[in-house]
Amino acid sequence: MFGRLSFDYLPHELVTVGGVAAGGVGILLGIAAMFYFKKWTWLWKEWMTSVDPKRIGVMYLVVAALMMLRGLADALMIRAQQATSVGSAHGIVSSDTFQQVFSAHGTIMIFFVAMGLIFGLMNLIVPMQIGARDVAFPFLNSMSFWLYVSGFVLINLSLAIGGFSGAGWLAYPPLSEMQYSPGPGVDYWIWSLQIAGIGSLLSGINFVVTILKMRAPGMTLMKMPIFIWSVLGSLSLIVFAFPILTATLSLLALDRTLGMHFFTANGGGDPMMYVNLIWAWGHPEVYILVLPAFGVFSEVVATFSGKRLFGYTSMVWAIWAIVFLSYSVWLHHFFTMGSGADVNTFFGIMTMIISIPTGVKMFNWIFTMYRGRVRFTVPMLWFMGFVVTFTLGGVAGVLMAIPPADFQFHNSLFLVAHFHTMIVGGVVFGMFAAFNYWFPKFTGFKLNERLGRYSFWCWLVGFLLAFVPLYILGFMGATRRLDHYDPSLGWQGLFIVAGLGVGVICLGVGFQLLQIGVSIWKRNENRDVTGDPWGGRTLEWMTTSPPPEYNYALIPTVTERDEFWALKQRPKKAASAPLEPIIVPNNTAAGVYIGAFAFLFGFGFIWHIVWLIIVGLIGVIYSVLVRLSEDTTEHEISVNEIKKTEAVAAAKRRKLA
Amino acid sequence: MNEQAEGLKRRGMHGGIGSYVTGFVLSIGMTVVSFILVASHLLTSLGTLVVIVTLAALQIIVQLFFFLHLGRESKPRWNIYILLFALMVVVIIIGGSLWIMHNLDRYMIMTPEQINTYMHNNEGL
Amino acid sequence: MSKHVDEMAIEISHEEVVNAKVTLGFWTYLMTDCVLFASLFATYAVLHGNTFGGPSGKDIFDLPYIFVETMILLVSSFTTGLAMIAARKNNKDQVLTWLIVTGLLGAAFLIMELTEFSHLISDGHSWTVSAFLSSYFTLVGTHGLHILTGLLWLTVLITKLFRQDITSTLMRRLTLFSMFWHFLDVIWVGIFTVVYLMGAL
Repeated sequence: MFGRLSFDYLPHELVTVGGVAAGGVGILLGIAAMFYFKKWTWLWKEWMTSVDPKRIGVMYLVVAALMMLRGLADALMIRAQQATSVGSAHGIVSSDTFQQVFSAHGTIMIFFVAMGLIFGLMNLIVPMQIGARDVAFPFLNSMSFWLYVSGFVLINLSLAIGGFSGAGWLAYPPLSEMQYSPGPGVDYWIWSLQIAGIGSLLSGINFVVTILKMRAPGMTLMKMPIFIWSVLGSLSLIVFAFPILTATLSLLALDRTLGMHFFTANGGGDPMMYVNLIWAWGHPEVYILVLPAFGVFSEVVATFSGKRLFGYTSMVWAIWAIVFLSYSVWLHHFFTMGSGADVNTFFGIMTMIISIPTGVKMFNWIFTMYRGRVRFTVPMLWFMGFVVTFTLGGVAGVLMAIPPADFQFHNSLFLVAHFHTMIVGGVVFGMFAAFNYWFPKFTGFKLNERLGRYSFWCWLVGFLLAFVPLYILGFMGATRRLDHYDPSLGWQGLFIVAGLGVGVICLGVGFQLLQIGVSIWKRNENRDVTGDPWGGRTLEWMTTSPPPEYNYALIPTVTERDEFWALKQRPKKAASAPLEPIIVPNNTAAGVYIGAFAFLFGFGFIWHIVWLIIVGLIGVIYSVLVRLSEDTTEHEISVNEIKKTEAVAAAKRRKLA
Repeated sequence: MNEQAEGLKRRGMHGGIGSYVTGFVLSIGMTVVSFILVASHLLTSLGTLVVIVTLAALQIIVQLFFFLHLGRESKPRWNIYILLFALMVVVIIIGGSLWIMHNLDRYMIMTPEQINTYMHNNEGL
Repeated sequence: MSKHVDEMAIEISHEEVVNAKVTLGFWTYLMTDCVLFASLFATYAVLHGNTFGGPSGKDIFDLPYIFVETMILLVSSFTTGLAMIAARKNNKDQVLTWLIVTGLLGAAFLIMELTEFSHLISDGHSWTVSAFLSSYFTLVGTHGLHILTGLLWLTVLITKLFRQDITSTLMRRLTLFSMFWHFLDVIWVGIFTVVYLMGAL
């Protein structure tokens, strides 16, 4: 009746029970608060059923932030374990649990934090920056978000019942096959990623069509902001790499549920084929994450240097070079799996080549600053931190691109330090810069600068403290994923330093949370009613802060790059075109239902509950059909309403002036 | 004629009966040739392989053009660019996987003779 | 959305804007499906030799049978085209006729395929035997699942068409369906060549 679900799968280890209890208390408090403040209807109407990308974007960021807290908790546990589990001591968790901790850490950080931040950012910024009012397919946008939430629920549920995968964030077979991982952990991994992955793919399609088809009149491709070009590059990777992940996860699932032999150790299966396929997706994935961050820096550096971005055309070429080259380097993730010198050399050379366009971008940012009037605001600080860390990690990468060298570094802590430097120094710092930069646009007030600076320095110092020791440990021969080691190796001191580093990072996170709280509390002192607190260059700064539901009362016409900057230099013309009613899509609950049924579908597969799988599948199909049969999916905002909204915003601006 | 059809006609993204019949006849022809070639063993294995793969590629192009009307949309021809990108990825995945896995098989799987030699030389057996 | 002016500065109606976005979006989805199938093709290409003592393609494929399947699917792709021509002429009855023929042909294809699969399984050659059989069933089966989804979609469209005229929304959805169905025939060209014909060499 309930498959293999049973009370035996509840957690027993203290740390896990503690984590579940904390999470449970948090959820209960949240629900209690919703009842107390009577906010359920507001939550449903204004947020959950919204198809406004500005709302969906905020929801992505909230979920991603929650996942970051869990991912950081996992990181703390890893550092605590590795700093203390030496000789006769065995750290804070069992070996089995440790496998789950680092597997969850990686899976959560990549799929739910990084991807969530990226999609949140795209939702918030892309439509406005191209002078549009929405994305191409608003309902699909909502559905994608709820599929992401479905995956989020599954992976967090694994903590409470069943346990997570212990096979690492990529679940290599044969360890991830039924024979060696018979429990539900790997299935949780497969299905939370499969469901969230489909959401990602659909969003990819959505935003590609948005950028290609919904730009403001006059905005040719070569007049788009570099952030949009970066996003377009990332989307091209999403659209053509995620299907590989979908296929590969399906094949592993087929092995596990239907007894197939794709990657098994017997039956003619080939585990190496899994490694090959998963990295054919995996390498584009890391560029999916970093390209939007590069785009953020392009915007931030230009704005805070008071200068247009240096080398626009070369930036565009660099983005596309990175996109195409991403598909030709994936073997560098498994140089040591046994391929010959010819194969290894080809991929090694391609890997070295792909570092060149990134270098071009780095120089272009620096040249943008040269002879500019640079303001070291918090976003610029994040950029400077990025320059230091990303370059450090990048050269480590080029070193490992040489196959014989990689035979020493593969799966050592040197590798771990490298990819953390890339993702934290690149993606995370970029997202923090974006958060500080665009926060005033969506709230109408700036974030506290001082606390922002404190958080930055804690993150930078903490990051270096946490990961430079790992580079050194890698040189000393330390492999990754160790839950215990001998004291004679002399590693413990460095592990302790690394542990301190994570502590400093947590302090940085604390300052960020404080920054948000204080900024909200003191928002009246940091108000911005101009809509353009930084002296921006791109179209989104034209709107009010926060922008109206429809973004633009009149879609602007674009004549050059950095159109808004140019507009500000020109003498002001009165708005000439007459206002027209604006058609806006209706809210819909269909996305929520689809996410819920997808969750049931996944849960059924994980626990082998056949009727639940069928219920989930039929539920998804039915919800889609209901949605497609809806007659009215849009409503109109009348000219009077638009005039009223614009008048209110204009009055606020006048009050300040 | 409804709006959609008018719009399509204006931008040429449709086919008349001629387009479909041409595509249909060409596809049947190429399919029949491929099946007969394999069944009759007229050419060598390699020769047959080359011909049927070529015919498959041609038939796909025929169907893309005559059934899916690719190439008839107005500029910018996003459909074609996206198809070409997808095609590049398809070739890289299939070709790359074949090259890599073949290479791995060659270096990672020993024949019984190789195993015997290794055991003799390295393990003293 | 207020009226958008495209790059050629020609006014396009709201409907055309929606159609352009939807067809581009659906085309992009079909291209992602190409990459999905490519992953399955790559897996089949790499693993098809791993028969683990079980049968190889040569032992189990029946070329005349597959030829019939191929022709059925090809004709159904053609009849979809005929349905679209009729739709542009707003001839509802003809559209229904050709769509029903397409559906019957698609169902025939699927029944033949399921029959082939069930014979293999009852002969003991199921997907649990070897990597070759796993990849065969998965590649061909995934195509079959797409055909099934298409048939369900077609059923919904035909039902709608019985009850109402060809609105612009229905026309748009018919266009998407025809793209999907043609695309499935394109993939089948790849399958019958790589799996069945090359298997028999």
